[in-house]
Amino acid sequence: MTGFDCRVAFAEELISLAREDERIVAVCNDSVGSSNLVQFAREFPDRLINVGIAEQDMVGVGAGLALSGYVPFVCGASPFLTGRALEQIKADVAYSQSPVVLCGMSPGMAYGELGPTHHSIEDLSWLRAIAGLGIVVPADPDETRQAVRWAAGAATPVFLRVGRFKVPAVTGDSSFTFGTATRLRDGDDVTVVATGTMVSRALEAAAEAAEQGVSVRVLNMSTIAPLDEDAIRSAMRETGAIVTAEEATTTGGLGAAVAAVVVTEPHPVPMRMLGVHREFAPTGSTAFLLEHFGLTAADIRAAAIGLARADA
Amino acid sequence: MLVADPRTAAAWRRLRQEIADAAPARRRELLRERANRSRATDLHMIGRAGLGHVGGDLSVLDILTTLYFAVLRIDPEKPDWTDRDRFVLSKGHTAGALYTTLAAAGFFSSAELDTFAGPMSALNGHPNRVKVPGVETNTGPLGHGLPIAVGMAVAGRLSASSRHVYVVLGDGELQEGSNWEAAMTAGHRRLANLTAIVDRNRLQQGARTEETNALDPLDDKFRAFGWDVRIVDGHDHLALLDTFTSARGDRPTCVIANTIKGRGVSFMEDRVEWHHKVPTASQLETAVAELAR
Repeated sequence: MTGFDCRVAFAEELISLAREDERIVAVCNDSVGSSNLVQFAREFPDRLINVGIAEQDMVGVGAGLALSGYVPFVCGASPFLTGRALEQIKADVAYSQSPVVLCGMSPGMAYGELGPTHHSIEDLSWLRAIAGLGIVVPADPDETRQAVRWAAGAATPVFLRVGRFKVPAVTGDSSFTFGTATRLRDGDDVTVVATGTMVSRALEAAAEAAEQGVSVRVLNMSTIAPLDEDAIRSAMRETGAIVTAEEATTTGGLGAAVAAVVVTEPHPVPMRMLGVHREFAPTGSTAFLLEHFGLTAADIRAAAIGLARADA
Repeated sequence: MLVADPRTAAAWRRLRQEIADAAPARRRELLRERANRSRATDLHMIGRAGLGHVGGDLSVLDILTTLYFAVLRIDPEKPDWTDRDRFVLSKGHTAGALYTTLAAAGFFSSAELDTFAGPMSALNGHPNRVKVPGVETNTGPLGHGLPIAVGMAVAGRLSASSRHVYVVLGDGELQEGSNWEAAMTAGHRRLANLTAIVDRNRLQQGARTEETNALDPLDDKFRAFGWDVRIVDGHDHLALLDTFTSARGDRPTCVIANTIKGRGVSFMEDRVEWHHKVPTASQLETAVAELAR
């Protein structure tokens, strides 16, 4: 699989920030390697707080550091960070308004064959229910860098979903703005709203659909909360149909978030939600599972063309 | 966000000085009086609101009074002062005890206590740092305070600050596993700038701790996790003061403060039902009279 592991860009940017600002610290749960913090640890041994395999402690320690003026990047595999420490994320970080950057590493089904215990398809849904927590899902290395830099200065609780599954560079010259979707391709017949690993696939789908005469708009929804509702409304008005694509459960994830906007408008439009529908994954690699759950470019293209035609 | 009450803050400063200068017997008397006034205020507040956690409020008030009137390096008029000592009330359900103490120190006007738990009050049933000056973090779900305090102690060390971090834990709360994750971290890192105080009243909401999921030998547990452990009478102000201010070693300190839930009111003491029962008007009258003795 070619492409980029976003954890590399994440770590490089974090180190660069840490050189500029001594308030930057990293907190992790024995995940120095999997969070790609080896170099950070080498350069800033005192500023890497590894609490061991203890996610509740990890998030609480992060909150304590944030409340003392530090900018903690709290890093752990997303399933354990969000699942094990959900109450700490709610009470210690979001409700307490502690400016912690929660970094959910290797999310979605990045751990493939390790199975549903290690998949993190519920994270977006769980976290979207928590008030005051920004949720950012970069689509490629460049956007990851920009999001890391933004989060360090945001002074607000943030969850950053940092992908391990390799993705091509897709965001090009577009710049990351928290809370704003980026239109990576314009189109009139249908809009694909994609996030994270699905963005490159959505672009591929749009290019293929164009060959079949269907004009597909692609929105990179890199901020899941707060959602760019204006971009959704424009898509409704200007393209008349919406497909969402996420490497996550559609129950409460991006699909549900977009649908909540669509159905509360005076003139809702047809929608399809691509993702995982309340199901634990079978055994298989990440690539296999994305195919299994209908999350390939071909699946996105078919969904987009189907809706565009239904709407025509 | 509530604001400081300068007049009360000035009175707090005078009383702190008087307590610091007094001979031991008088110091004990001043702290006892101050704590019992807070107890009476707390009971009135809970009676008025129709809710609260009476038993735990009364058990922890001697600890809080000793900290706020004789130990913590704080300034109620500068709640964000960088090098202030940090105090975290992990047993957030005893917010009433914290509110009455903070009001007595002038962090906000005691008139605010009349709003406790009322619509739109800053004084929620569990403390909120965003609204109440002096509250360092929002607690309520149990087992959250110690990890946060550990983070604060790590921060203090990174900043080479002399500030000290205090956290009060309920004893029943120690059944939450997150405490032991944090206890390991504090022991491993030898966080000598951290003191955890266990309000050891031996009762949890529904029954005795030892009948529910036993904590003893609690001192051995903390020692095994790398802490210095001291056991004191949690209602003996001078013993508490001595424990908080005596020389510390190279590791975190756990103070097991043996207390009585409902302390100071005969019919509430050591009674499980007074965890969050609300006194009637006549019970309130009797209780306040007992506290004034």
